[in-house]
Amino acid sequence: MKPSKKLITLVNVRRAYSVFFFTLFLVLLYITDFRHMKGYETPLFLELDPLVAVAAFFTSFTVYKGLALSLLIIIPTIFFGRFFCSWVCPFGILNQWISHVFNKRRAVDDYRTNAYRDLYRIKYYVLAALCVLALFGALQVGLLDPIALLTRSFAVGIYPAVSYISGGIYIKQPLFIGGVLVSAIFLLILAANRFITRFWCRVLCPLGALMGVLSMASVLRIRRDVDKCTDCQRCLRYCHGGCEPQGQIRYSECHLCMTCIEQCPEGAIHYGLSAEASSVHRPVDVSRRRIIETVVGAAVLFPMMRSSVNGKSLPQSALIRPPGSIEEEDFLRRCIKCGQCMRVCPTNVLQPALLEGGFEGLWSPVLHNKIGYCEHNCVLCGHVCPTGAIMPLTVEKKIGKKPDIKPTKIGTAFYDHGRCLPWSMNIECIVCEEVCPTSPKAIWFKEEELRLRDGTLKRFKRPILDTKLCVGCGICENKCPVHDKPAIRVTPIGETRSKTNQMILKG
Amino acid sequence: MPSKLNDKARRLSRREFLIKLTTAAAASAACGAAALVFHSGEPVSRRNNKIYTFKNYRITDVSAALPKLAIVHGKDAGKMVRAAVDKLGGIGQFIKPSDKVLIKPNVGWDRQPELAANTNPDVVAAVVRLCIEARASSVWVTDVSINDPYRSFARSGIEAAVSKSGGKVKFTTDNDFLDTDLKGELLKIWPVSAFFHQVDKVINIPVAKHHSLSKCTFSMKNLYGTLGGQRNRLHQDINVSISDIAAAVRPTLTVMDATRVLKTNGPTGGSISDVAQGDTIIVGADDVAIDTYTLSFLDLKAADVPYIQMAEHRGVGTSDWKSLNPAEFSV
Repeated sequence: MKPSKKLITLVNVRRAYSVFFFTLFLVLLYITDFRHMKGYETPLFLELDPLVAVAAFFTSFTVYKGLALSLLIIIPTIFFGRFFCSWVCPFGILNQWISHVFNKRRAVDDYRTNAYRDLYRIKYYVLAALCVLALFGALQVGLLDPIALLTRSFAVGIYPAVSYISGGIYIKQPLFIGGVLVSAIFLLILAANRFITRFWCRVLCPLGALMGVLSMASVLRIRRDVDKCTDCQRCLRYCHGGCEPQGQIRYSECHLCMTCIEQCPEGAIHYGLSAEASSVHRPVDVSRRRIIETVVGAAVLFPMMRSSVNGKSLPQSALIRPPGSIEEEDFLRRCIKCGQCMRVCPTNVLQPALLEGGFEGLWSPVLHNKIGYCEHNCVLCGHVCPTGAIMPLTVEKKIGKKPDIKPTKIGTAFYDHGRCLPWSMNIECIVCEEVCPTSPKAIWFKEEELRLRDGTLKRFKRPILDTKLCVGCGICENKCPVHDKPAIRVTPIGETRSKTNQMILKG
Repeated sequence: MPSKLNDKARRLSRREFLIKLTTAAAASAACGAAALVFHSGEPVSRRNNKIYTFKNYRITDVSAALPKLAIVHGKDAGKMVRAAVDKLGGIGQFIKPSDKVLIKPNVGWDRQPELAANTNPDVVAAVVRLCIEARASSVWVTDVSINDPYRSFARSGIEAAVSKSGGKVKFTTDNDFLDTDLKGELLKIWPVSAFFHQVDKVINIPVAKHHSLSKCTFSMKNLYGTLGGQRNRLHQDINVSISDIAAAVRPTLTVMDATRVLKTNGPTGGSISDVAQGDTIIVGADDVAIDTYTLSFLDLKAADVPYIQMAEHRGVGTSDWKSLNPAEFSV
């Protein structure tokens, strides 16, 4: 084969796009912080993501704000096919690059690794299961949606790791509970490319599957002229999707990477309408029976998920949601666990939940006040949430404004007198009172004169919490000097978003 | 083709035998030497961290005829700062050309300037400009904020004010702390923001605020912002802690910002109703005198605030501010 001398070829254009979009992804996530955000559309990739839009539509029958941008991908896909995966998707692009690094660069291996395998159907069943769950009202696409997965992996794993090695990005090294789990899954997915090229995209990706389904009616496709073709199979060697361009092309697997066109020595492959001698296409490789099995499986799984404990069925003390979060049941219908909120949070208080909120809430955001606290005047998390699980608040709406706007309360602080220095150890402190951000402060104190062990009298300021004023920000817990298990701790009871997680009769 | 499994090893020549033997001997000698060098009764090798001490940033050769304290009333913070410093003999008395200057305002909180939880940005800007006029080689502004530092510096208006007037904001990151011996009664070795060890002069710009435990947070308390580590433990004996830190850090100049005074709900504030107009700037080198004078803004007396006597007792300064030949005027 003579390598093409031309610089502007379809493949090179695609390469330029892939570099551009991958870089754009990194940049947008990098600027997702207080200093750089300005007005940029930082969750752009999540909003372009059709799977997020479709699944979140299934759970709650709305297309929230920026999710309408997904039409920019959906509509072209219907006409042109599954171009997203190798042109736009940062995870697909990354997998392609990693595959290239792992590639043994021997023709015999390339033909084998880029051939179609039955395994590749799995993604359609993954998609079916996720969609059925979504229709029932459980949004689990975030676990396997490539954009959500990549955003989460970078926000919780890669960027903090880069910061650990080189400093920068953050002023304080961020910590994430179970962050290594998220990173390890990400690295395993990348490592899988060693065994099957673009393992993720071809085998598991539910977004890729959705694109495949969307392109069922596409008129423009990769087509092979059977008369010109000499069956040399060179087109197969560098195929991205494993779509069998040498045979009956599987349009639902084809990423439109355009390499086959460039590779073909006979000029037998083109992208466009079918011509005189174009080969036929293979339909989506799923069987009705398996689809029905999957749907039944998901339908059985759903009530099982709902009959186990979650934050709605039994309020959990560790489940403090970010300010602006909608009511827990709806929250689980909207949160895609993308980690944008964790990336933007200036104090690192937002953490990926493990099982505090039930299995459905895995990696959804919760506040861990030992790591950070909710900055009183900060409303960033709601502004980067692509799905509206955390609604954007104004500062006024968050901290309240007398007399008519009540503050948004995310929980209530409670004293543990046994651990509190002035309450049980006759030591002065009231750091909690100092840092309490409300005006007037939710933490006040009474002065008491106490007889010490040696008989002398001493006055102490003992802190007391005013439940009505406390917004649950957790700075008291975060700054408490008894810091392994603080003497004041916040739990979500009293949170504005919930009608049921309340304790006081007179609101 | 015969199987590779049946390949036979060659006999060693004398030369090869000797080479292998020498290599083995050298390797074992290296192991032994390593064991000898690193053998120790300690489970972990000691890290020899250097312990720093604060230098004295004070100027000693100020003409005795000049007032030691300037109290200026007025509305225009920039003019007031300039007038006060001029009264003390001009900025040239304190900052020499090519000095590296560090300015330490109170930027503890993510609050707007009007709420008086942080130093007035106009005052900080005025001091930065004065230092630049005195041809300081660098003018840095830093604080170890309690809220997120980026938010605190941005929302206090200080980041913008500093960069506009030609200074540089220095954020203290995790790695920017150096263990420093404060030689106090209570405070011994604490992590201190490294910038304090990299400059020649320090200007402290506190804001007058209420504080429930220490009653007030003025210039001496503002020096808490030099420290990292578990600062929240200092409350357990706040008066000794404040006098310790005031004895350890001796700023070149203190510019007390009482343009706005946080009278209640300090030190965070959060409501305009917590703030009163003070319209005053107090400048001098004696932080005890400045703090004593500022007490009146919070309706306190020196007897209410134990750390003032403690600091005076230690020789940090004098609570008798009238003895400093104060110049009080309006602009």
